[in-house]
Amino acid sequence: MIAALLENLGRTSRTTVTGVGYATRMLFRIIRASGGLWRRPRLVTDQVHFIGNYSLIIVGISGLFVGFVLGLQGYYTLNKYGSEQALGLLVALSLVRELGPVVTALLFAGRAGTSLTAEIGLMKAGEQLSAMEMMAVDPIQRVVAPRFWAGVIAMPLLAALFSALGVMGGYLVGVKLIGVDEGAFWSQMQGGVDLWNDIANGVIKSAIFGVAVTFIALYQGFESQPTPEGVARATTRTVVFASLTVLFLDFLLTALMFN
Amino acid sequence: MSNLVEIRNLTFSYGERPILSGIGMDFPRGKVIAVMGGSGSGKTTILRLIGGQLQPGSGEITIDGEVVDAGNASRMYAMRRKMGMLFQHGALFTDLSVFDNVAFPLREHTDLPDAILRDLVLMKLHAVGLRNAAQLMPAEISGGMARRVALARAIALDPQLIMYDEPFAGLDPISLGIAARLIRRLNDVLGSTSILVSHDVNESFQIADYVYFLSQGKIVAHGTPAAMRESSDPYVRQFVLAEADGPVPFHYPGTTLARDLGLETLVDPAAIKGRKR
Repeated sequence: MIAALLENLGRTSRTTVTGVGYATRMLFRIIRASGGLWRRPRLVTDQVHFIGNYSLIIVGISGLFVGFVLGLQGYYTLNKYGSEQALGLLVALSLVRELGPVVTALLFAGRAGTSLTAEIGLMKAGEQLSAMEMMAVDPIQRVVAPRFWAGVIAMPLLAALFSALGVMGGYLVGVKLIGVDEGAFWSQMQGGVDLWNDIANGVIKSAIFGVAVTFIALYQGFESQPTPEGVARATTRTVVFASLTVLFLDFLLTALMFN
Repeated sequence: MSNLVEIRNLTFSYGERPILSGIGMDFPRGKVIAVMGGSGSGKTTILRLIGGQLQPGSGEITIDGEVVDAGNASRMYAMRRKMGMLFQHGALFTDLSVFDNVAFPLREHTDLPDAILRDLVLMKLHAVGLRNAAQLMPAEISGGMARRVALARAIALDPQLIMYDEPFAGLDPISLGIAARLIRRLNDVLGSTSILVSHDVNESFQIADYVYFLSQGKIVAHGTPAAMRESSDPYVRQFVLAEADGPVPFHYPGTTLARDLGLETLVDPAAIKGRKR
């Protein structure tokens, strides 16, 4: 019984360490292979277009509805203290510092991340990656690296869109529906949101989430078993690992950035 | 040097499971060499080892006098520019058209102007009879056509060595005949060397200059197709004549039917012998 437990523990530890080793090596391979992308920026811009498109609608609509809810909840809370004029500030800070980067990263993992894993996994299952290797083309350089950088670039853009539409949602509910003063809504926001401490840190956060989510998605696809079941499992792992990583990193980054 | 590819004392295993043991093969320039054997005999593994996608346990493979070293990625990519490979199901890029699939290696490895690239691609597609299908997507063509597009892509850079992994599997008789003739014709026209991995006896014997038979990771027979047809080797006979039972048994080794049905209680010595195998 104890021997079996120890054996399982040993096997799990070894598998985990091996997995981390493989992942680290792949990340370095991606970075090393990225130099060539300066000569062919089109490979990255095309992927920014595709990956951005995957998530654009879901991120936009989610941002709007999160803004609606923030408007309602924020008004409900602030009204108790007679501070409903600060609704714009509350909505904007909640979005740019926290909800924008985090919710966008979670949505991105569910939408674009799973697509990336399935795409790479199916390319592997269909021997397309092997065929590429045999044509003397490195799949890491040609397929993985452009998608990686596209994800890193797309994430902050999508987070910005999420936050912008969220602010619009908060405005529609707070000002147009409930009747908070429009001038106070915008002026409090303008006065209270700091470009570096709030917006820039939010952008840095979402770029780091972009690295984490896109890399996890690509790694899972690249290392998936080349079978329908293997690709399905890899896609599930992408959502689970990416979501947990985003939440863990969010705590870490928030602690570091906002003291 | 008359051999483009030479394999010496090659062994390979997946973990504890041995796949190839002590293989030696020669692939002379300009010839079509067939590597034949049943499923799981290690045929495709040989192609992957030649292509540097797998690292041998021991032994050596040389291409044009240069040792294949799967551990040296940059050197392998340089060597692969001399090779073309046709995968079993074509392995076409599903997001690219037929034209773009064939153009892919040319775009990656050359800086040819668009007009010349277009002409080259159309010529390659013409060689496989699919010039007019250039704008179709892989999902819009049949399996046989996909194999021919993949063949056009494999020869896009006029490789010295072309490897075919089960090129006849799953093809209808018409496509099968076309594929066989194309392999021979392209080999002769391009002056390349072809390695054909297959278990289709008739087509392979029709176009190959020399045949190696593999079984359980070892070469059990080799010679010209004519010699193989006349061979008295029991494995070759079973394979060529497509006999259900022989050196490769019909029944998976194990206990006897009588024992499973409870009609025999003593251990059957033949069953033990079979299990050892």
